[in-house]
Amino acid sequence: MSILVILEQRAGAWHRMSWETLAAAQQLGAELQQPVSAAAVGDDVSAPASELAGKKLERVHAVEHALLKEYTPDGYSAALRQLITALKPRVVLFPHTYQVRDFAPKLATALERVLVSDVVAHRVENGELVLVRQLFQGKINVDVRFAGEPPYFASVQAGAYRADKVEAGSAGIEKFTPEISAVTIRTKPLEWFRESQRAVDLTAAEIIVSVGRGIKEAENIPIVQKLADALGAELAASRPICDNGWLPMERQVGSSGQTVSPKMYVAVGISGAIQHLVGMKGSKTIVAINKDPEAPIFEVADYGIVGDLFQVVPALVEEIKKAKG
Amino acid sequence: MLRVDTSRPWIQEADLSYEINEPDAYALEEGLQLKEKHSGEVVVLCAGPARAAQTIREALAKGADRAIHIEEENLGAFDPLGLARLMATALQAEKPDLVLTGLQSDDLGYGQTGVILAEVLGLPHATIIMQVEKQDGTIRVKRELEDGWFQHVEMPLPALLTIQSGINKLRYATLMGIKKAKTKEVKRLSTAELGGAGQAAIRFARVYLPEKTKHSQIFDGPPKEAAAKLVEKLKFEARVL
Repeated sequence: MSILVILEQRAGAWHRMSWETLAAAQQLGAELQQPVSAAAVGDDVSAPASELAGKKLERVHAVEHALLKEYTPDGYSAALRQLITALKPRVVLFPHTYQVRDFAPKLATALERVLVSDVVAHRVENGELVLVRQLFQGKINVDVRFAGEPPYFASVQAGAYRADKVEAGSAGIEKFTPEISAVTIRTKPLEWFRESQRAVDLTAAEIIVSVGRGIKEAENIPIVQKLADALGAELAASRPICDNGWLPMERQVGSSGQTVSPKMYVAVGISGAIQHLVGMKGSKTIVAINKDPEAPIFEVADYGIVGDLFQVVPALVEEIKKAKG
Repeated sequence: MLRVDTSRPWIQEADLSYEINEPDAYALEEGLQLKEKHSGEVVVLCAGPARAAQTIREALAKGADRAIHIEEENLGAFDPLGLARLMATALQAEKPDLVLTGLQSDDLGYGQTGVILAEVLGLPHATIIMQVEKQDGTIRVKRELEDGWFQHVEMPLPALLTIQSGINKLRYATLMGIKKAKTKEVKRLSTAELGGAGQAAIRFARVYLPEKTKHSQIFDGPPKEAAAKLVEKLKFEARVL
């Protein structure tokens, strides 16, 4: 019985959420008094596995097979099903990445378990694990408990745990070679590509003004552009704005766009769905303007104005111009 | 505004207004467009209480050919796997070439139903799909990855895809569509006849409003006053101006 954390790497480079999830697993291990092991999956994971060997872990499992070179849900699910069946962990943790969303529910189902996805916190009560999730796009929290038999599967939301809390140590690396046959892999993954040349590097901006659904129409974008100009800021947007083509995709902030941490981030008419929050909550100062006082964006904001952006933003532009002289 | 129900670990449903889940609306639209391009039939499957009939009618009005309604007033008794198993049973007789789901729900937000359903049905799948092209006996899809990356994936049919919002432009139901929808078939199935609820593997212990982790200073009142207060704070407290 132990905790197994399945981490994500690609071509030898760790996904940044892997470290956050490792920190979560170590905390859980300490609280449940269970040893923690980590797994890396690929065709050759010797380099990332040796990086893991320098962390406080019971063991590092290098899950290697030629058919795991490129990610496929069939390949990963087959390999990890065999690893979990062999190790019999009590808890299996994943980072809640796009890739994990693609295969972890399948893996849990294959083992007749239910994954608790997108966990933001945990507690241990009388030796029992309680996981916290968000409902209704962050407006409500729920404590979830497992009712059946372990292993218990959970994926951890971006930013919920701090990567710098990972404890160093020393662990042995153990190779695990799953049995996978090429015919069981039904999907054929092709090359990764990006659509836009990233002419705008939002990550370099000191101030970002970001606009969301509250702007209502493309014709209203100049209202926030004026605010960006007054602040000397780059203009960015939440996903629906870019989906509608009101601003180019390269200006999108969030899990499917860029991750930014400027000195100041001004969110205008953005409710703050988690997909957006993960892309900006590391900003130093966050300002939110929204007509809904319950909007989740106010949970992460340092300063906020509750009101109609069509009145607030022009007033703000005036005041900024005055303040800047 | 949402409020917690004091009698059970859930919210007060009277506060809710109901509509088709956003990514599901895009999944439906993708189905309708694929039918228009390649012919075939679009069948809508929905598990939900009696009030979901309204959403099903809307889908039929937009152009779906017929529907299956798994009627259940207490969906909370099911975990995602339990519910997917019922859906799989209802789907098996249909033998669909392609199953489309939204990538996640706006309420529970598990983002799992499609993937679980694929595993239960034994179908290949891909998630967070932004484009679907039918080829000879196979499909080629554009899968959204993180940080602006995409990837094409090819797979044989039958298959299951979870659809991302924004993949297409949603249509509105026409008056003609609304009229036609009234005559379209809606097959009602109870969860009992599909195998019923097994033991749920997870349960909600407590539902509550999130505690504020950050101390935010919120200004309201007349826009000019609020803006002036904010600018003062940004200049002298946060020192970002």
